[in-house]
Amino acid sequence: MLMSVLPLTLLGATLGFLLGVASRVLKVERSNVAEEIEQLLPGTQCGQCGNPSCGAAAEAAAAGQLPATFCPPGGRAVAEAIAEKLGIPLNLSGVCDEGPKVAWVDETLCIGCTRCYKVCPTDAILGAAKHLHVVFAEACTACGKCEDVCPTECIRLEPVKPTLQTWTWSQPALLS
Amino acid sequence: MFRKSLRGGVHPTAHKALSNTSPIRRFPLPQRLHISMQQHLGTPATPVVRVGDQVLKGQLIGASQGHISAPVHAPTSGRITAIAEHTAPHPSGLPVLVVTLECDGRDQWQDTLVVADPYKLAPEEVCVRVGAAGIVGLGGATFPAAVKLGLSLKTGVDTLILNGGECEPYLTCDDRLMRESATDVIQGALLMQHAVQARQVFIGIEDNKPEALQIMQTAAAGTGIEVRAVPSRYPMGSEKQLVQQLTGKELPAMSRAADSGLLVHNVATARAVYQAIVEGRPLISRVVTLSGGAVTHPGNWEVPLGTLASELMNHASGFDVTPARLIMGGPMMGIQLPNLHVPIIKGTSGILALTSEEIQQKQPEPCVRCATCVRSCPMGLQPLEMAAAIRSGNVKAAASLGLHDCVGCGACSYICPSSIPLVHLFNYAKGELAAQTRARQKMENTRVLAQRREERLERQAREREALMAARRAEAARKAAAQAAEEQAS
Amino acid sequence: MSQPIHGPHAHSNQRMPLMMLQVLLALTPATLYGFWLYGWPAFNLWLICLLSALGWEALFLKFFSKNVPRHLLDGSALVTGWLLALCLPPWAPWWLAVVGTFLAVAMIKQIFGGLGQNVFNPAMAARVMLLIAFPVEMTQWIAPEAVQLDRPDFVAGLGQTFGSLSLLDAYTGATLLDEVKNQQSLGAALPDILQAQQYNMAATLLGQHAGSTGESTALLLLLGGLFLLFRGVITWQAPVGLLLGLGVPALLMNLWQPESYPGLAFHLFTGGAMLAAWFIVTDPVTGPTTATGRLVFGLGCGLLAWLVRTWGSYPEGIAFAVMLMNSATPVLDRYFKPRIYGRTSSGAPLPATGKTSGDAS
Repeated sequence: MLMSVLPLTLLGATLGFLLGVASRVLKVERSNVAEEIEQLLPGTQCGQCGNPSCGAAAEAAAAGQLPATFCPPGGRAVAEAIAEKLGIPLNLSGVCDEGPKVAWVDETLCIGCTRCYKVCPTDAILGAAKHLHVVFAEACTACGKCEDVCPTECIRLEPVKPTLQTWTWSQPALLS
Repeated sequence: MFRKSLRGGVHPTAHKALSNTSPIRRFPLPQRLHISMQQHLGTPATPVVRVGDQVLKGQLIGASQGHISAPVHAPTSGRITAIAEHTAPHPSGLPVLVVTLECDGRDQWQDTLVVADPYKLAPEEVCVRVGAAGIVGLGGATFPAAVKLGLSLKTGVDTLILNGGECEPYLTCDDRLMRESATDVIQGALLMQHAVQARQVFIGIEDNKPEALQIMQTAAAGTGIEVRAVPSRYPMGSEKQLVQQLTGKELPAMSRAADSGLLVHNVATARAVYQAIVEGRPLISRVVTLSGGAVTHPGNWEVPLGTLASELMNHASGFDVTPARLIMGGPMMGIQLPNLHVPIIKGTSGILALTSEEIQQKQPEPCVRCATCVRSCPMGLQPLEMAAAIRSGNVKAAASLGLHDCVGCGACSYICPSSIPLVHLFNYAKGELAAQTRARQKMENTRVLAQRREERLERQAREREALMAARRAEAARKAAAQAAEEQAS
Repeated sequence: MSQPIHGPHAHSNQRMPLMMLQVLLALTPATLYGFWLYGWPAFNLWLICLLSALGWEALFLKFFSKNVPRHLLDGSALVTGWLLALCLPPWAPWWLAVVGTFLAVAMIKQIFGGLGQNVFNPAMAARVMLLIAFPVEMTQWIAPEAVQLDRPDFVAGLGQTFGSLSLLDAYTGATLLDEVKNQQSLGAALPDILQAQQYNMAATLLGQHAGSTGESTALLLLLGGLFLLFRGVITWQAPVGLLLGLGVPALLMNLWQPESYPGLAFHLFTGGAMLAAWFIVTDPVTGPTTATGRLVFGLGCGLLAWLVRTWGSYPEGIAFAVMLMNSATPVLDRYFKPRIYGRTSSGAPLPATGKTSGDAS
């Protein structure tokens, strides 16, 4: 009787101990994942994903409440990076990735109201009251906040036109 | 002795006989020249002339910008009539900034700087002059020659290799140049040897050009330059493959030739260096092969840069039949031109008009893993595996299979029995990766901007808060003082 | 301008259908000789295999909404059907051929995604499946001597193929591999068995032993294979690998115990060794893509086939060996990659050679 109880007890105790140790040593910091995801995001707090900030969105994504494609300004590249980080499948069918965009000011309509540059999260719009505003394409993340506040609808997102330096080959048509 | 030779490779039909018997003819000046500001790899040049300016032949009209760039000079004398965008000789057909020069017909040189004994110049000075003459790699890559020379001088180079391979089918401009201006090429090679203080010079010429080989050997006699025949196999004219063939060295991945003590230049570049240093003549024209099955009179022409390809074609030849495809460069690595209304630039080695029988393009079929591409790849890659990864959308996997080692020679696409556009897939993937890198970089920058703005807003809020608090305190103090005063009174 | 066309703007004249055509051409002499050996029923079987392979291919291409005429003419279904015809008992009934091509073309190839996507060699996989499902029909072999003594005419041949006549009993024979396996399991010594079977090299090469068409025509298949090699349709690594993998252990064991283990020539020229070496392991779709990988693939096929023949319960092991090695192909592709120019075989850049170079000549 004892000869059968004892080994099993010992076995149980040992394995339990090992599991306990493993759970401490190999503990995965959940909050770390959120932080790492936040590092992947544009960080402009644009709110297009429906979360108040990139930090909040990263928390939600880490908790599995958001698909990898939640960040519109990030586009495909960010979606792929997040999917890789979280190890979740990536479904790009929902994303209509029309390529990069930047804000563009229609000079004939701009009244110099300064509203757009006040909301721009990256200070990509330069202007003063009653003066034409211009956009620094290099700093614009195409978050669309300026588009929302413009009273004359003169600022809008336009696709970036390729130049000789940035043009690349598109995918060849192949037999399906 | 055992020497490592070109792995893989293919033997495309050479078609060189179409044009290799016709001597280089000087192309007459057209009425207008359209001089592109982007004739080299790197940052485009900036125009330094204004509309209406009179310029002399050889005068600087576009200044080089930044580290990797090259200046542009006026190919003849005349008046600047426009500085505007024009279709670039590029597969995208996107516009490029072009300076239009109306030729006055006098072809009047500016004062040139002629050197009596160029070997007395300091090596650095030679590099500077090559840079000022706007010389770029004339083999097609158009990398600024002075940058390469300067780098080689700095790191120290043991061997200078001149590439006379011309492994692309149809092209015979280097062949004719070596036959007709062998001494210029040899002189240019010696000048470059002086510029980088190289110990030895090799010239590699494919053995399908016996005349050029013999003339060059004669011209090189007594100069210490060794002219060697290399087997005719595409892509023998590729830098890495030619280096391996001539020296037995394999250039390590992701390194420059200079890191291995080597410098490789095209034979036409050597001649341009000779002209720049000895004659004081900047790079304002180049030899262009006009060939292809649809061309009536194939030949080689020394064309002023900025001549429209259509003018060259109309004056020199015309078409036998409607060409199926217009190509700038060779058929293997050249680019399709949207039309012939594009200017000839420094990198234009040929203008080809091919018929569909020559191209033999077929519909792509499924890959049967026959591995012909693996055997043909001079870089030892597995094109079929890379293509499969790219087709399934996994560009990163293709990169880990060696996408960045691909030189884009096109041997795999040429040989594929299923006509799969392998190189197209690879260039698509390379572009995709580059775009991703750019996007990532931009995001890094904008993230910093966003953080700064947030900090600023916070600081402003804090300051406002502090100000308000100070005012409140002031008001409270005043109120207290007043109250005290009232009480006192 | 729309999407520009990427280079190269020149292409070789190699085409997949042309390569398939050359494979068919290489199979023709052996097949014709097979018709002579086994008479009309063998021809009927061959024709049914080709037609049904094309039929199944067309049906399934249609089913997967692909361009039927274009894919049908790529030649792959013809090659599969033809190879299967060479693997079946020459007097097999028509339905065996139809089921076989269904398995090969539809189940093994089209369902896996069509040309280029199948994991297993269609002909071999179909043969294995038929052997397991119809063990009796798949082992009814014909003795060529009997056919040559009394040839059934065309009508009788049709009767045999379509099952209205049963001529089998008069012509039946056993393959050498069958006989050796059976007699050895009964305890007979190898030399006695071979003696009883009147085994000699010449008879084997002339196909005077019972078997499938592909088994009786080793010499002509070898010639066909050499033709393909000469034309550059196949590479030498996989065939040489198979012949070595099969031949070397056979040779060694035969030297050690000649009374128990058949020798080199016996293993190479009986059974499907030649057919497999030149026409099966050279199938690009189901084999590795690199030179070393192909050699290892061939060696594996040969060795496994020898193991099955020697100690397995089936007399012939080529088909099993090929299927096993097919499933190892991705692993072989992963481990036997060519070295990339400028990199070590592990993929790291080569160390810089520096400027201290000697004379290169």
